[in-house]
This record gives sequence, structure tokens and C-alpha cells, in this order.
Amino acid sequence: MAQTRRSLLVDPLVDNNPITLQVLGICSALAVTSSLQVAFVMALAVTFVTSFSSFFISLLRNQIPGSIRIIVQMVIIASLVILVDQILKAYAFEISKTLSVFVGLIITNCIVMGRAEAFAMKNPPVASFIDGFGNGLGYGLILMMVGVIREFFGSGSLFGVTILETVNNGGWYVPNGLLLLPPSAFFIIGLIIWGFRTWKPAQVEEREYEIQSVEAH
Amino acid sequence: MSDQPKQGPISRFLAAPPDSVGKTIFVAVALCLFASMVVSAAAVSLRPIQEANRQRDKQVNVLQVAGIYQPGIDVQEAFEAFEPHVLDLSTGEFTDMIALDEYDELATSRDPAIVRALDEDPAGLGDQVYFQMVYLLRDEAGAIDKVILPVEGYGLWSTLYGFIALEENGNDIYGLQFYQHGETPGLGAEVDNPRWKALWNGKKLFDDEGDLEITVAKTPPQAGREFHVDALAGATLTSVGVDNLVRFWMGKQGYGPFLDRLKAGEI
Repeated sequence: MAQTRRSLLVDPLVDNNPITLQVLGICSALAVTSSLQVAFVMALAVTFVTSFSSFFISLLRNQIPGSIRIIVQMVIIASLVILVDQILKAYAFEISKTLSVFVGLIITNCIVMGRAEAFAMKNPPVASFIDGFGNGLGYGLILMMVGVIREFFGSGSLFGVTILETVNNGGWYVPNGLLLLPPSAFFIIGLIIWGFRTWKPAQVEEREYEIQSVEAH
Repeated sequence: MSDQPKQGPISRFLAAPPDSVGKTIFVAVALCLFASMVVSAAAVSLRPIQEANRQRDKQVNVLQVAGIYQPGIDVQEAFEAFEPHVLDLSTGEFTDMIALDEYDELATSRDPAIVRALDEDPAGLGDQVYFQMVYLLRDEAGAIDKVILPVEGYGLWSTLYGFIALEENGNDIYGLQFYQHGETPGLGAEVDNPRWKALWNGKKLFDDEGDLEITVAKTPPQAGREFHVDALAGATLTSVGVDNLVRFWMGKQGYGPFLDRLKAGEI
């Protein structure tokens, strides 16, 4: 095998992170990161779906007809997502109320499709499972990083536990309202990508163009 | 070339090229059947738990608005103190026409039998469910202590759903609470802020002439402070929405007839 299992699991965390390098799954990262608890459950749900969808798709990979490939992948992913949604509604009702449509939208999360198409269709089931799991963790890692910043500065709390007493509740901290709104996640993810690329310059793409300099006479 | 010359139908099928028409159709049908079985099995087996969750969520909200809820109490038991009734808004009388256990289904599906179009629609409802499930809380002597009335209306982005709790005189507000909305976090979503909700406690709906005076506004109205709830800072449109929906539901098209009867002691 070209990649060891360890690298399959660890690479997606930083070196090949689905959000910061592959730039997939941004939409849900904007929507669910205003509170850590919700972000955590979302990360778990996505990890579950990418792992098992990669596994099942890989199991069937030699039997899936090319002409209906994408549809077959979608059916498997969608069934898993509905399963997650139903389980959340039954056993984590409060959180499923906050997540609402975003659980259903895991179906359209590009990470799941991306891993199915790029990895699971060409690799054996166990490797695919680990790859899906690793990418889910990579997604979860960024979600948690963004969630910590947004919840701490936006609501003065972490995991719902008040740390900075906000003015609205009689404290001193004036929360940054922008951080509770989805666009703030764009800025934070952008800064994280910048940080990752400074740390690992290998992630910086080569320029597609060269700025021409006029030679001095 | 396979080492085993004798092949069963299954392995022959597996070895067939995936792109053949027969196999494409087979894979599609088999996968859909299997997936639909998994999904429907999950949906059917988890439904009772989900239904219980929804019920409990509603009960918790009724308890909260009545000021009874504390974390860790037995919700089921506490909720039994409440007396549910289906109320006909146009007459203000309780009705037996709709059974209590059927009501939820009718209301969630907005059954045409219990929905009417509105001529005036300040709360942005579109149409109104004119049979509402209300809850009475009685004191130990059996007299009415509080009434819990469901309200809904449009804010800035979303419809707010909640309960308002009134004292037995049908005029004093005990509390207002929304259990579902999609207002801006940090601004309009401050309708959930305990400090803002506490402002409602002790306010009055009607003045001495029986005119509806309660308002959510930046400044107190002419009628006096006891009819004024301070608007949310930075959430003008949500505040206007809450103002509209409270005034709508407490008015003639809402619980007006019922409140008149409550004040007259007919309930």
C-alpha cells in the first residue's frame, strides 16, 4: 500500500486537511461553529458518515456501474445521514433542534462525496474507512478551532459554560456580535489557512502566473 | 481466466462487467431497496422516542413559562398539574369537538378544519389556527391560578413560537417565552435572555377601560409603565414582531373573547 494506515489517519489533520487544504465542507463550517457543543456533535456526525460511506462504497466499488456511480454514492451517503438524523432526534433532541437542517445537509458536504470519489472508489474497504475517519477528524479539528474562537469571543463561554460574564447578563464583557454570525467563520478559517501555510510552506500552491518584470535598460 | 471452471450464477453475476445494462439496473434497484429498508426501519423504530422528546420539550416550555420548571424535576409529574383544553378562539369557549390527543396532529398539519384566513394579519401568520390548545393551572383550592396560552408571529427572519402565561384575572402577565425561533444570535435571539423575559413579569395587558395597552417599545406609552416592555437593543424588527404578535393574540382575533370570559369569572 502506498500510504500506511497511520498516514491515512494523520495526514488529513494538518497536511491534507479537508477544510484548509482541500477547501471542502466550508458551508457547514460557517453554519454550526457558533457554539462548541453543536460543532462537536456535527463533527461526530460527519466523521461517522464519511467513515461508513467510504467503507460501504469501497466494498461495492468493483460492482458499481460507472454510469450511475455518483447516484449510488449519494444513496449510500443519504441513507447514513438520515440514520444519524433519526438517532439524534431520538437521543439528543436539544442538539438536533439547534442543528436542524444542517444534519440533513451533511449529504451535500463535499468532504463526504470527495472522499468517496477520490479514495473509496479505488481503495480497499478498511483503508477507505480509515481515510474517511481521518478526514472526519480533520474536519472536526477545524470546526473545534473555529468554535472555540467564536463561542469564547461571541458569547463569552466555552461548551455553554460562562467564562466571561456578558453585559446582557449583568457582567462586564461586551461580546463581539460579528463572531456569532456565519461570515466571521470565513475570516477565522482564512486566518487558520494562513497559519497552516506559514507553518508548512509545502501547502502553498505554485503560482499559476508570473508577474513579469521589465528589465532595466 | 478463472481457475474454477464451474461458476454459480452469483459469481458469474459478480464477474460480469459493472457497466452492462442488466447489472446497472440490478445495482440501482437492489441498493435502493436495501437503503429504503434501513432508513424506514430506523424511522419506525425510533419514532416513539422522538415523539416523547417532542412532547417533553413542549411540556418543559409550559412549565418554564409558568415558573415551575427547575432542572432535574420530573417533567411528566409536574405537567400533570396542568389542565389542557382545546379553545375555540371565536367564542372563547372550550370545545369537545377536537379530542386532546388528536389536536397535535391537526395543528402540525395545519388541517383546514382548524385554520382560517385572516383579514388583518399584523403578526404575519398568513392564516391562523383558531382552535388552540391552552393550559390551566389551578391552585390547591381548585381556583384558576394561571393560564398558559400559545402564541406565534413573525419577527425579523422567522416565525417565533412561544407561550404566554397570564394570572387568573386575565390581565396580569406572568411570563412570556419562545421555544422556537430563528432570530439573529446576540441581537433578536436575546428574546431568550432571562433578564429580558423577566421584564414581562407583572406587566398588564389592558387598562381600566379594557383597551389593550401592552406594548414592546423603546419608550413607555402614554398609558403608563405597567404596560411597557423595553424593546431589545439592536433588534428593532424582532421587537416590533414580538409587539405585534402579543397584541394580535391578546386582541379580538386572538384570545380576546376568552380573556373577557376569564375576567368575568365564567371559566
